[in-house]
Amino acid sequence: MNFVLKKLGTLLLTLLILSFVAYAAFEMVGDPVNLILGTNASPEDVQALRESLGLDKPLLVRYLRWLTGFISGDLGDSYIYRIPVSGMIGEKLGVTVVLTLMGFALTLLFSIPLGVYGARREGSWADRLLTVTNQIVMAVPAFFVAILLMVLFGVVLRLFTPGSFVPFEDSPGAFLLYMIFPALSIAIPRTAMTAKMLRSSILGEMQQDYVRTAYSRGHNRQSALKAHAFKNALLPIISFLASTMAEMLAGCIVIEQIFSIPGIGRLLMVSISNRDIPVVEAIVMILAVWVMLVHFLGEVVGEMLDPRRRA
Amino acid sequence: MKKRIPALLLAALMLLTLTACGGNKPKTPTAADKRKEANEIYVGIAQDLSSSLGPYQLATAGTREVMFNVFEGLYKVDPTGDFKPALATDYTVSDDGLTYTFTLREGVKFHNGAVMTAQDVIYSYQTCASSSVDSSIKKILENVTDLKEDNGKVVMTLAQPNSDFLAYVGSVYISPAAYTDQDTQPVGTGPFRFVSRTVQDSVVIARFDDYWGEKAKLNQITFKIFENATALVTALDAGSVDLVAHLSISQVNNLSKDYQVLEGSMNLVQALYLNHEYKPLDDIRVRRALCYAVNVDDMLKLTAEGHGHKLGSSIYPSFKKYFDESLIDAYPYDAAKAKDLLAQAGDPDGFDLVITVPGNYTPHVDTAMVLAEQLKAVGINATVQEVEWNTWLTDVYQGHKFQATVCGFDASTLTANALLGRYESTSAKNMCSYKSTQFDAFLQEAAATTDDARRTELYKAAAKCLSDDAANVYLQDLAEFVAIRSTLKGYEFYPLYVMDLSKVTY
Amino acid sequence: MIRKLFAKHDNWFFKAGFFITAFMVLLVLIGQIWTPYDPAAMDAAAKAQGPSLAHLMGTDYFGRDIFSRVLEGAGATLVIAFFVVLLGAGLGTLVGALTGYFGGVVDEVLMRICDALTAFPSVLLALIILAVLGPGRLNVIGVLALVFIPSFARIVRTEYARIKKLNYVSLAKLQGISTPRILLKHILPNIMPVLLPAVSIGFNNAVLAEASMSFLGVGVSASEVSLGRMLSDSQNYILRGLPWYAIFVGLTIVLLILGFSLLGEGLRRED
Repeated sequence: MNFVLKKLGTLLLTLLILSFVAYAAFEMVGDPVNLILGTNASPEDVQALRESLGLDKPLLVRYLRWLTGFISGDLGDSYIYRIPVSGMIGEKLGVTVVLTLMGFALTLLFSIPLGVYGARREGSWADRLLTVTNQIVMAVPAFFVAILLMVLFGVVLRLFTPGSFVPFEDSPGAFLLYMIFPALSIAIPRTAMTAKMLRSSILGEMQQDYVRTAYSRGHNRQSALKAHAFKNALLPIISFLASTMAEMLAGCIVIEQIFSIPGIGRLLMVSISNRDIPVVEAIVMILAVWVMLVHFLGEVVGEMLDPRRRA
Repeated sequence: MKKRIPALLLAALMLLTLTACGGNKPKTPTAADKRKEANEIYVGIAQDLSSSLGPYQLATAGTREVMFNVFEGLYKVDPTGDFKPALATDYTVSDDGLTYTFTLREGVKFHNGAVMTAQDVIYSYQTCASSSVDSSIKKILENVTDLKEDNGKVVMTLAQPNSDFLAYVGSVYISPAAYTDQDTQPVGTGPFRFVSRTVQDSVVIARFDDYWGEKAKLNQITFKIFENATALVTALDAGSVDLVAHLSISQVNNLSKDYQVLEGSMNLVQALYLNHEYKPLDDIRVRRALCYAVNVDDMLKLTAEGHGHKLGSSIYPSFKKYFDESLIDAYPYDAAKAKDLLAQAGDPDGFDLVITVPGNYTPHVDTAMVLAEQLKAVGINATVQEVEWNTWLTDVYQGHKFQATVCGFDASTLTANALLGRYESTSAKNMCSYKSTQFDAFLQEAAATTDDARRTELYKAAAKCLSDDAANVYLQDLAEFVAIRSTLKGYEFYPLYVMDLSKVTY
Repeated sequence: MIRKLFAKHDNWFFKAGFFITAFMVLLVLIGQIWTPYDPAAMDAAAKAQGPSLAHLMGTDYFGRDIFSRVLEGAGATLVIAFFVVLLGAGLGTLVGALTGYFGGVVDEVLMRICDALTAFPSVLLALIILAVLGPGRLNVIGVLALVFIPSFARIVRTEYARIKKLNYVSLAKLQGISTPRILLKHILPNIMPVLLPAVSIGFNNAVLAEASMSFLGVGVSASEVSLGRMLSDSQNYILRGLPWYAIFVGLTIVLLILGFSLLGEGLRRED
């Protein structure tokens, strides 16, 4: 219980700091009134709109008003579109979450076999090749992977049509098909990192006394690995996976731009240039909660898997 | 042994299966063919529309160009720049130029089914006068002292004559009286009716079957919003849009054979705009030096492979009535002369100059980068500073906090005043703080003159004033390229920033 | 000297990382003194060309030599990364050392704030602040350094809190050695095995972050060059038969990051 409370406290502090930082940052660059009214509006119109949006009030007043709204569950209205922020975010959040989950699933799908294989064949040429490849792939930024994938599969091989995102409601199949390549772009660098972590974690585990005991009981390397090391080796990986999940969400923001996916990242970037503070605040809050939640889940799963706990 | 299949191979296999799934059905042709079958097109646009779609709240050029298909005024501009009867069939003007009487077209239907009446017209003019985001239209409508119905005709009385009045009439769109949902569900009389809008994603319009005139050819048009130029070009390459306007030459180079490329012009006055309140730009010799230092031909070669029309002043060429060709070469490229002038002005070693550009407009950024290089050749240390569009609007356009900027001004109405009015020393839009009593006098006299020939003369003289004073380094009206699916035809360019899709057909 | 270094860090990660980084730094240094062409010089006659002997990596739409620009861009990226790490690690070490050594309420508060900040992906935070502030080299350095501080502070704090309990520190205190001296001369050298890999990874992250920011258009400004900015520009060329631009720039980014990550890995493998 104490643990949960502490987590909750950190989360609240994070939200408070982030929301204020975002608000204060916008204070330095002005409001969206000129953007809404365009180049032909008169100064009186500009002033009138500023007042009607409450933007003439001092920073602290506006922030506190937003904060009280947020606490009571009201994300407010978009300055630009005058519609509730929650409505703008809902569907787009779904797209980003699916992209993150797909990226995560692909990472697991590839990294576990690769990591286990590397550990099983420690020192073999295949293992060395894997280690070198991993080290190189890790150094390729996700956005470069995205460009390469888009060129290769979208333009040269024509396996998908860049820019032709299909909403899930229209066609779940086409939606998933389009999402595979963006998901791969965020998964590939992470796969290399996860495989590397898993490999060294398993190898570390193999050095442990209990595995040596298993050897002495007549297990060979393969079965010792299977029986004991693998599960325990996952333990340190869990928290790494949690931060992977968190960073994938951040990675999505870049990837969404390249593949023109109408997710939360694109909404965030557009809303920042639009100075649409309520939308930006809401997205930042959602991202922070998401990151916190993932880390928390990671810790819970870790606790559950830990043999010292179960005993 | 079988367990020993390397995991690597397995992973590669999975990847292959994943991609092979997609390989079986090439999507590109089907999606485009389907659209052809349904007689609809996707149009790629580079920016979301403004927050309100209401007829008097069209804040951006991008919004105006889309809604041009939905709204109409009593008169409507045609591709040659003439104003043709639309919701009015005819008008008369009194000899003193003060009273306009419009005969309304019979049986015009709004998209919501209502029939247009004189009351709708009066309501529209009143609403526009009180709430338009365009302060210049507001100003013109303030000049309308009386607005009344007379036997089904609409009579407008002006306080002062204005021979450009018809151009403004073309911009006052007619809305059904007391219709309050214009912001989100706009209703007009145009060849297309508004269907739906998904914020930051798309806008859909469909043919209006009860249109009074020649009906649109396409069933439906979806405007797809791409928030950056790269995504838009990618979509074009992938064939997921059928028509994209306002492209640059580099964006249409080597385009696939599925598209044809039409060349027109943007109808913008692109210039290196200078802040006359910033030293040393207050000195006419320095401004002239800048004009001589810039080689527009070279700039066009580098940014647009030579496409684009040179200007010389604040009037673009397709605005034939006022365009003065002789101004183009008022300041031929001459680096030596530029250095001379700088020396005379007391800056023989040049000075530092920051060119602020709105980063989301690639053509302006490109131009600015070339200009910066050219200015370096005469010793002016120019750097390009990109800012967000909103920052540009607030700091540069409204706040006058800049040294120089590259941007393009369009004409919201087809009047000389739309392009020259911003240089009047009293204008709130006078971003450059240009001040010339002579220029002001020309404009004031032009506004008060009813004789069209004299007015034209005065506006031309005003435009020459800008050139003589080297108010800014006037560059070009950018060439614009429209990529349109080869199977489509009927796209026409206008001398205004609009996109008429009513004649486009497969 | 190199032999000594390799004897100390005897693993291929370190060696490979050292050579790659040395190669890139050398290239960048040469680029500061000499490039085949003026990186900013435009040439209408040589627009958008593929690689050739005259232009090793081809030219862009302005006819600028991509190789020269890659050299300058890599230099700009490295300089940004250098200052980000210098400021981030420097301030982070300062905060971490003080809070770790003295503890108390300030420590508690600062660490809670660090916790709160590290709970949010730092690149994302930088992205948001930069997108708001607008592009520019100084903005990039400032914002990235700021978001890098907490991670360094945490590492250093843990070490200082651990080492201050060791006997030799107590002994030094008894000898009346001043606190700043203890902090600097007695503890700092001993946390190097932990700090150095972190600095190396910091470089790795800074290069990546700068590239991401500039790639998204919130990094350096139009008249500044950087690898991320170039990669973003190069996207338009890929689809029109000029994939070279993107590939060369992308590979340069990969090499820079690879060098630093291998160095970090090599240093970390010591313990």
